[in-house]
This record gives sequence, C-alpha cells and structure tokens, in this order.
Amino acid sequence: MAELRSEEMVLNVGPQHPSTHGVFRLVVTLDGEQIVDADPVVGYLHRGTEKLAEDLQYTQIIPYTDRLDYLSSMLNNYALVHTVEYAMDLEVPARAEYLRIIVMELNRVASHLVFTGTYLLDLGAMSPFLYAFMERETIVELFNEICGARLTYNYMRVGGVKWDAPAGWLQKVRDFIPHMREKMRMYHNLISGNEIFLDRVKGIGVITQEDAISFAMSGVNLRSTGINWDLRKNVPYGIYDQFDFNVIVAEHGDCLDRYWIHMKEIEESLKIVEQALDKISEGPVLGKVPKMIRVPAGEYYRGIEGSRGELGVYIVSDGKDKPYRLKLRRPSFVNLQILKKMLIGQNMANLIAILGAVDIVLGEVDG
Amino acid sequence: MFHWESTPLTGLSFLGMVIGAVVVLLIALAVVTYAIYFERKFIGWMQLRIGPNRVGPFGLFQSFADILKLLIKEDVIPDKADRIMFLLAPVIAFVPSFMVLAVIPFSSTHVFTAGLNVGVLYYLAISAITILGVVLGGWASNNKYSLIGGMRSAAQMISYEIPLGLSIVGVVLLSGSLNMNVIVAHQAKMWFIIPQIIGFVVFIIAGLAELNRTPFDLPEAESELVAGYHTEYSGFRFAFFMLTEYVYAFALAALATTLFLGGWSGPFLPSWLWFVIKTAAVIFFLFWVRATMPRMRGDQLMSFAWKVLIPVALFNLLLTGGLYLL
Amino acid sequence: MYSQDFIFILLFVVLGLALPMATLAMIGPLLRPKHPTKEKLKTYESGLDPVGDARVRYNVRYYLFALMFLAFDVETVFLYPWAVEYHNLGLYGFTEMLIFLVLLAIGLVYAWRKKVLEWK
Repeated sequence: MAELRSEEMVLNVGPQHPSTHGVFRLVVTLDGEQIVDADPVVGYLHRGTEKLAEDLQYTQIIPYTDRLDYLSSMLNNYALVHTVEYAMDLEVPARAEYLRIIVMELNRVASHLVFTGTYLLDLGAMSPFLYAFMERETIVELFNEICGARLTYNYMRVGGVKWDAPAGWLQKVRDFIPHMREKMRMYHNLISGNEIFLDRVKGIGVITQEDAISFAMSGVNLRSTGINWDLRKNVPYGIYDQFDFNVIVAEHGDCLDRYWIHMKEIEESLKIVEQALDKISEGPVLGKVPKMIRVPAGEYYRGIEGSRGELGVYIVSDGKDKPYRLKLRRPSFVNLQILKKMLIGQNMANLIAILGAVDIVLGEVDG
Repeated sequence: MFHWESTPLTGLSFLGMVIGAVVVLLIALAVVTYAIYFERKFIGWMQLRIGPNRVGPFGLFQSFADILKLLIKEDVIPDKADRIMFLLAPVIAFVPSFMVLAVIPFSSTHVFTAGLNVGVLYYLAISAITILGVVLGGWASNNKYSLIGGMRSAAQMISYEIPLGLSIVGVVLLSGSLNMNVIVAHQAKMWFIIPQIIGFVVFIIAGLAELNRTPFDLPEAESELVAGYHTEYSGFRFAFFMLTEYVYAFALAALATTLFLGGWSGPFLPSWLWFVIKTAAVIFFLFWVRATMPRMRGDQLMSFAWKVLIPVALFNLLLTGGLYLL
Repeated sequence: MYSQDFIFILLFVVLGLALPMATLAMIGPLLRPKHPTKEKLKTYESGLDPVGDARVRYNVRYYLFALMFLAFDVETVFLYPWAVEYHNLGLYGFTEMLIFLVLLAIGLVYAWRKKVLEWK
C-alpha cells in the first residue's frame, strides 16, 4: 500500500476534558488516530504543599497532606506522622497502631474501588462506577463516624490518632468485610470476564521490568510487571510485620494486570483489616508526645506503600518546630513519567485505557 | 379517509394522509421524550439510583423540562465553523430519521403506513443519509474532537450498514416481499426470529452499531472525544442530533419488531398494543446493554463488522436459501 | 395505489423539514438569547486555545473501508430482488447466488489477507 501524505494534528487532551481525572493536560500529536507524540503537562492543581509546609508546625501540615492524594488521605496522614515519629523515636500506643492499620487499609480499598469504577467509566461502562462508589460510600461513612470528615480526614496525629473509634464502630467494620467480599464477586461477574473489556485492556500499555525500574515506578504499576516489591513486606513499617497477607504480583505489565492487581489487593486489604480487628485491644490512642513537636536536627526519609505506590516523606529539620524542608515523594507523579513512552505509537482509543490504568490522582501529581 | 392506500387521490384522502403524517410525528416525539425518560429511569434503577424524580410526579416531565431548556439556550456557532454546513447538518441528520417511520406498519389496519413494496430497501436507503449529516456536523464544526468523531461515525455506520442489510435478506427471502405489511402477514404462523435467529442476532448487533449506542458508541465516546461529532453544538441544534438518535432507536426497534418479532400480530390484545409491547421490549434491551457493556475500540469495531458479522450474515443467507429449497 | 404511498412519504419529508425549520429558524430565535462573545465562539479544545486548524489533511484510515463498503453495499442491493423472487427460482436461483456470494467472499478473503481490514 502506497504511503499517502498526511498531516499531523496537535490535540490538547485536557485540562478541561472528561477523562483526565482532574486538570491534567496531555498534548498529543496525532497522525490519523495514531499518536506520534505525547507530552504531559502538569501543574494545573499545584498548591505548593511542600513550600507551605516550611511555615507550618508538624501537626498543621497534616491537613495539607489530606489534599495530596485525596482518594487515600489516611495513607498520606500516616506517611507524614510516621516519618515524624521515626525521626523523634516516639512510641505509638498499640490501639492507635491498629486503628491506623484499619483505616489505612479501608482507605486503600476505597481508593482501589475508585480506580475500578473510574477506569471502567473511561472504557465506556457506566454502571461499575456507580456500584464502586456505593461501596466506597460505606467506607466513607465509616470514616465520617471516626473522624468527622468524608474526604479530608485529618485523623492521625504524631504519636497516635486523634479520635478513638466510637462505640460499635469496630463491629460495623467487621460487618463490612463479608459484605465487600460478596460485592467483589459481583464485580468479577460484571467486569472481569467481559470480552469487550478484556479486548480493550489485554496487552495494552505494556511496561517492561527494565522500564518500570528505570522510571522508578512503584506500587501496582511496578508489581504488574512481575517485580515483587511492596513496602509493607519488603521494608515493614508500623506493625505490618504482624499481619499475614500476600503481595499480588502479575507478569505481563499490561492494563489488565493492573486491573487485576487492584481487585486482588482489595481482598488482601480486607484480610489485613480482619486480622487487625481480631488483635485490637483497649487502650489509649494518643501516646506521650511533647507539647511542642520538634524534630531533632537531621534528615529523615520514610516511605510507605500508598495506594498508588511508594509514598515517601523526606524531612530536613534544623531542630525547630517547623521543617526546614519537606519533600514528598508522590507516587502518581513518579509513575506518570512513563506515560510518554507508553503512548507513542498507540491508537487514540488506547490513550484513555493507558492513562486510566496508570492510576494518577492529580492532587498528588501536582502536589 | 385514512384508507387512502386503496382509493384514488381525493381531497379527503389527502387530508387523511396529512393527519396521518402529523400523528406519526407526534408519536415519534412522544416516544423519544419518554424513551429518554425511561432510559434514565431504568438505567438509574439498574445502577441502584433513583433516576429523574423532581419534575412532575416520578419525574415524568423531566424530558419536557430538558427540551424547554434546550430551546431557550443560546445557539452558539463557532467562528471557525463552516456556517451553512454547521446549520444544516442537524437537519440533514434528522429528516431521514423521521422519513423511515413512514413504512413501519404500526397496526393491522395499515393506518399511517405507506405500504411501499420496496419498504425494507427504502428504510436502508433513507437511513444511510443520516451518516451525511453526522459527518458534515463533525467536519463543519472545525473542532478536532468533532472531526475524529464524525470520521469514526462514518466508518462505523457504513461498515455496519452491510451486515444490517444482509441480515434482513433472509427475512425477505422467506416472505418473498420487501413490503413490510406482507412481511408481517407472513409471520402469522411463526415469527421470523425462529428460522432467522442468526439473522436476528446480526441485525441487533449491527443495529446497535448503527445507532451509535453502547458498546458501539465510539463516535461520541465521552471519555476520549468529549462529545464526538456534536461537541460544538448547543441548544436546539444539539437537541436535533439527540432527537435523531432516539428516533432511530425507535425506528430500529420498530423494524426489529416488524421483521423478526411478528410485527403487530398477537392474540387477544389489539394489534397496536402488541406493536407497542414488542417495540418497548426491544428498546428496553438497548437500555439494558448500555448499562452493562464497556465500549469497544475503533479497530476492534471495524474488524468485528468485517471479519465476524459479514461472514456470519452471508452464511446465514446461504443456510436460509438452502433450507428453503428443502 | 402506488403513487399515493409516495405522496405520503413526501409529506414525511415536508414534515421532517418543517419541524427543524419551525423550531430552529422561527420559534427558536424568539426564545433564545444571542450574546456572542469572542471567547464563546472559540472552538472547544479542552479549555485552551485551539492549536492550528482541525481541517488538516487527515490520515483517513477509514478510506479503504469506504471502498469496501461500496462493493459490498451494491452487492446487498443485488441480493434483495433475488431474495424476493427466490421462491420462483428454486435450485437455479440458489446456484446463481452461490456463485455470486462465493465471488464476493473471495473479495473479502482477499482484502482480509491483504491486511486491509487490519488497523495498524
């Protein structure tokens, strides 16, 4: 077939576009429906969290972390307070540790549910989105009961958590687990075997192991390539070493694998919550913390396994009550870097499938 | 005065025709209004939501409110658009969608129906004109999403036109006529869905694609192309594209009823009621699919039409021809 | 009467045109506001100023599908008169059409093998 001359077309996908999950902009150069170049532009939601933190006391930073990855605020809270506790060598009461694990894993479930829902919505299926949000609603309501907020929880404190679980809350969580497992079966019935869905995601957006490592990817994206790396297991923090759960690893590194890992991680998280519920005991929820939190001078880094990858907090302190410099390793931002490489040469319709599966949250990308 | 088919043309029968055409138009508009309402309601229930419930009892007037809203919206015509084409495209898309209703036999009395002896062919020929309106709309907008959407629509609709046409040939073969009234009459003993089950499946799939409905709603794939070919359209011009889509949903359901489900025939109930029930069932199926399926990808869509549907439709034709001989 | 049906269809054309005419050109302007601004009349491109023109020499991969469509759609039209008369033609009609369909199937297989139906 003779090559016909055709012109390339530059198309802005975003910032105001239905499927960029916020205000992400992608400048794609199209030849027909083929993507010849793609240039992600970020920063439309930049609020300068890191800079703002330099002027804030550590407790005051916590609400700012809520707004990073707004789908898993509990994990962001934890990343910060955990790093401060690590720097100050603080003891956290056992009940607080368990409560933290419960809310974090529930939050991971909620976040993965949003991934599943929005991903399917991107692929054109409307119903899973609404189903997923219904289950998420239950979790959000649980959070509302424990900390009074539905999205920006501001729940954790250096040395523990702000509120103890209200009466009956733990039982509600316990009741939620079998309910959620039941619903997972429904999701698999509805989505996982759907031929059209499989055609859309199988073998699409493949990331190789080498690429994943050289782009410093983490979380589901890394595990989908077959690398067994989960900070909860590999670099245990908090009390994660007390729990029995599996790290889900796939092998192909395509969008389908990423979907499956999300789904299976929901089940693993439920397992952790179940064990935490069995082990939790009565006690204080806030340890002995100095009135003014001062991190000793020095540099500290702790990474936790966020819902989107390694969520790291790096604190440079000069011994004052405010950080000298706070650097956040935001997994969405790091994972996003491979996008250009993945998109070039793809069909326009795959753009959404690939972008969706990388699972970015713009609050986290832009910081 | 409504039996103008068999009588010579007089003033009275012409008046009957005019009334008939107006009635069909009103029926079509009413069906569209309530198809949209029920689509939202049913899909709402399927998704464990309530659906529209604010305007009127049970939200019954929701669609009217929407129409009124669209009517009083500004008609924005982009600077860069090709003005004349932009203005004409929705009309070009709409007119054939209404024209095809002329040959659908709504009831046993053949009132309001042109008993064309090329009815089936007429449907296919006229409905193809809509593609022109869609492509023109996409092109005239001078918007990249619209252009890609329009192109996709054109490719999709022409590709699925063929299996749609081929799937009907089996019915024509069995009934020996292109006249829809005759086709319905032939189904008195057995609905054609039974001998033509392969044809029916091909017809429904190709029909979904022709209607640009999920899982074939690529041209207006919201997540990629914003709103596809009608991205730039606003107000009532946009309403006409939506109207076209839903009139076709009605027309296609009516066609499926007529060709495969025995048309208006059925025991006990009046014939028009049978027609309503069957058509509503087909339309409900369209909603149901929409609540269930994700969207296909362009290339998969095309290869599905050419590599699966067309060979299957051809096979069905040979099978039907062979069995008919025996 | 044959011609009467077409008068009826003509009425549908007239009505089909009348509805958009009435709502878009007559009633519409009375009801809707008209306050065009420069920003409003821009084409939409995700909230940014559009880059370049949309009407570039677009790489139409659908072009080959259009050619295929022409061949096959004409074929479909040929099938209709055959289907109508089939009960009179019998085995003769069946063999005739078998040959016709086989020829077309060969065309489809040819296009298939030539990867016209692929989408790189």
